[in-house]
Amino acid sequence: MNFRHYGIAATLASTLALANPAYAVTELQWWHAMTGGNNDIVNKLAEEFNASQPDYKVVPSFKGNYPDTMNAGIAAFRAGNAPHVIQVFEVGTATMMSATGAIKPVYQLMKDANEPFDPKAYLPAITGYYSTSKGDMLSFPFNSSSMVMWINKDELKKAGVAEIPKTWPEVFDAAKKLKAAGHATCGFSNAWATWANIEQFSAWHNVAIGTKANGLDGFDTALNFNGPLQVKHLQNLIDLQKDKTYDYSGRTNASESRFASGECAIFLTSSGYYATAKGTAKFDFTSAPMPYYPDAAGAPQNSIIGGASLWVMGGKKPEEYKGVAKFFAFLSDTNRQAKLHQESGYLPITKAAYEKTKADGFYEKNPILQTPLKELTNKEPTENSRGLRFGNMVQMRDIWAEEIEAALAGQKTAKEALDAAVARGNAMLRTFEKTAK
Amino acid sequence: MEKSAFFNSKLLPYLLLVPQLVIKFVFFYWPASQALWQSFLREDAFGLSSEFIGLENYQALFAEPQYYKAMLTTVVFSTLVAALSLSIALLFATQADKNLKAAPAYKTFMIWPYAVAPAVAGVLWIFMFQPSLGTLARPLRAMGFDWNPLLNGNHALILVVMAAVWKQISYNFLFFLAGLQSIPKSVIEAGAIDGAGPMRRFWTIVFPLLSPTTFFLLVVNVVYVFFDTFGIIDAVTGGGPAGATTTMVYKVYADGRLGGDLGGSAAQSVVLMVIVIALTAIQFRYVERKVQY
Repeated sequence: MNFRHYGIAATLASTLALANPAYAVTELQWWHAMTGGNNDIVNKLAEEFNASQPDYKVVPSFKGNYPDTMNAGIAAFRAGNAPHVIQVFEVGTATMMSATGAIKPVYQLMKDANEPFDPKAYLPAITGYYSTSKGDMLSFPFNSSSMVMWINKDELKKAGVAEIPKTWPEVFDAAKKLKAAGHATCGFSNAWATWANIEQFSAWHNVAIGTKANGLDGFDTALNFNGPLQVKHLQNLIDLQKDKTYDYSGRTNASESRFASGECAIFLTSSGYYATAKGTAKFDFTSAPMPYYPDAAGAPQNSIIGGASLWVMGGKKPEEYKGVAKFFAFLSDTNRQAKLHQESGYLPITKAAYEKTKADGFYEKNPILQTPLKELTNKEPTENSRGLRFGNMVQMRDIWAEEIEAALAGQKTAKEALDAAVARGNAMLRTFEKTAK
Repeated sequence: MEKSAFFNSKLLPYLLLVPQLVIKFVFFYWPASQALWQSFLREDAFGLSSEFIGLENYQALFAEPQYYKAMLTTVVFSTLVAALSLSIALLFATQADKNLKAAPAYKTFMIWPYAVAPAVAGVLWIFMFQPSLGTLARPLRAMGFDWNPLLNGNHALILVVMAAVWKQISYNFLFFLAGLQSIPKSVIEAGAIDGAGPMRRFWTIVFPLLSPTTFFLLVVNVVYVFFDTFGIIDAVTGGGPAGATTTMVYKVYADGRLGGDLGGSAAQSVVLMVIVIALTAIQFRYVERKVQY
């Protein structure tokens, strides 16, 4: 009898001893898509958080590029082992937010966990993208950027362009001069074909991409970016492509190196290109706000963001959610945000971090990093420039890019291409609307 | 004395078949039936809602002009890849079959590309032909040839065809070489004694005797271009520009994984499966008649 009791007690004791560490530290899986220097930043953040408190351990793991990471998360959710936190790029927002039950909205998370959380502390230009129309924050902005125009100052000087162009006609002029001065294959160019020429272009000129505030106010949105201004711009690009005053650089940022190599002296791409430009460009460069058409009423408006946010997956334990909430509070800390912004070149997400960086005099030494912030806060956002939210956006970008490519290759006129892009996109939106009830 | 052995158990033959059947079931019938079932559903990416919609996915698919374009691209792409990789491999194999000094080294080098993953093969070709950075594209452009696979659909198609052919030549080479070596030398010598030149010997003796290998490779290559070339296309062109390199299998991926439209993508897989089954059946029915075993 006694022996049996001892036996049970011993088993219990050893079970407890084994289970103890698991009780003490709750592991939180964080899937992300950050490479290079930004990967180091992710790991450092996790380490710092883990060292700052004893109860939770954030475990970051790299899951490939943005679409890969998102698909890995979706597949994991279907298989019942989703991570706690997943980094999803901005164009995946509609897909994530429509998945009620698969995700835990951030405002809900913070409320449940009683973590201090003031949505007003965050920059509205950034959080607007990830909030409902009522202002409830659904995901936590992590790395945000905007599109800027990168300028090779040395080459501009050589080509006799005295001032950095501000408007599109000035850019075209400068590109022609650059071409005459030896840049035969590229006067100017851009990465992210649709982000530059449809999404940012429309917001910056205060024209709509789709109805319902570009989809922010409902999934029953319809695209309408085939207006006269967008057509005019694409037509200009088509004309300039013929002699390579403008030269297409593909759908993603794979061709960003055309700037650093000196081939393209004017190049529009993400402000997040800063770290790479700093490391690879061997000339005097800077960033400038995106150009605009001076005859367009109200331009420039404000730019919209790109980048990614952190989504919290549904179906986890309350204890784990508490840890995630603590982690988000940790990330929002002003000093941490300011440091993150200054090191990575990504935008600060809180107003306090922006003010602190300004007060520190950081932008006087690094005006390049302020360009995207100036663009984002240029004017009070309108229905056309708050952001955009379309279902199936990942594939839709490919479809829009297909049409732009057809136009630039001379197979279609600008109007035909944009009409087709709108029609094909709308067909996808209707399919999405049926599944996202 | 009776030499053959008898097994009276009725169960044994089935038991011996089980491993094969299990593999067939797990890797073919089960996923194929899943695809078929999914093609009748409309699901969101997360699998939270699912609705039976009958043939709606198929109707949407066949109403889409891009799908017919992808079919046409697939025909052009697969014909080019299969024809080029088979004929080039045959040429190389006949050369390697001669008494060369460095034959083993030559054969080894020929086989290497087969060990390269499709995506890596794609990246290698990008390094050479990316318009502004590629090591071979720059000289091309310097000579005044406007090489631009980013905008010119034909250039992009040429690029993926080259990469896919390069990758498949090794495999075909290996089989052709083995096939050539199994042809008895005496037959060829007899032809030579009768006064047939090398070309004539090849077309009247070697090529017909090689036909079982060629037929096998034709079937394998068609399956290869339909399914396995996806990694190359994804890495090199992403289906672009303007859909010029979007083959049917790439569209399955784009719609299912990038677009999250699992039903539509499953419908495409079913169509693709039917086409490949039909093609293989046709090959066995009509082409095999010409094969001399």
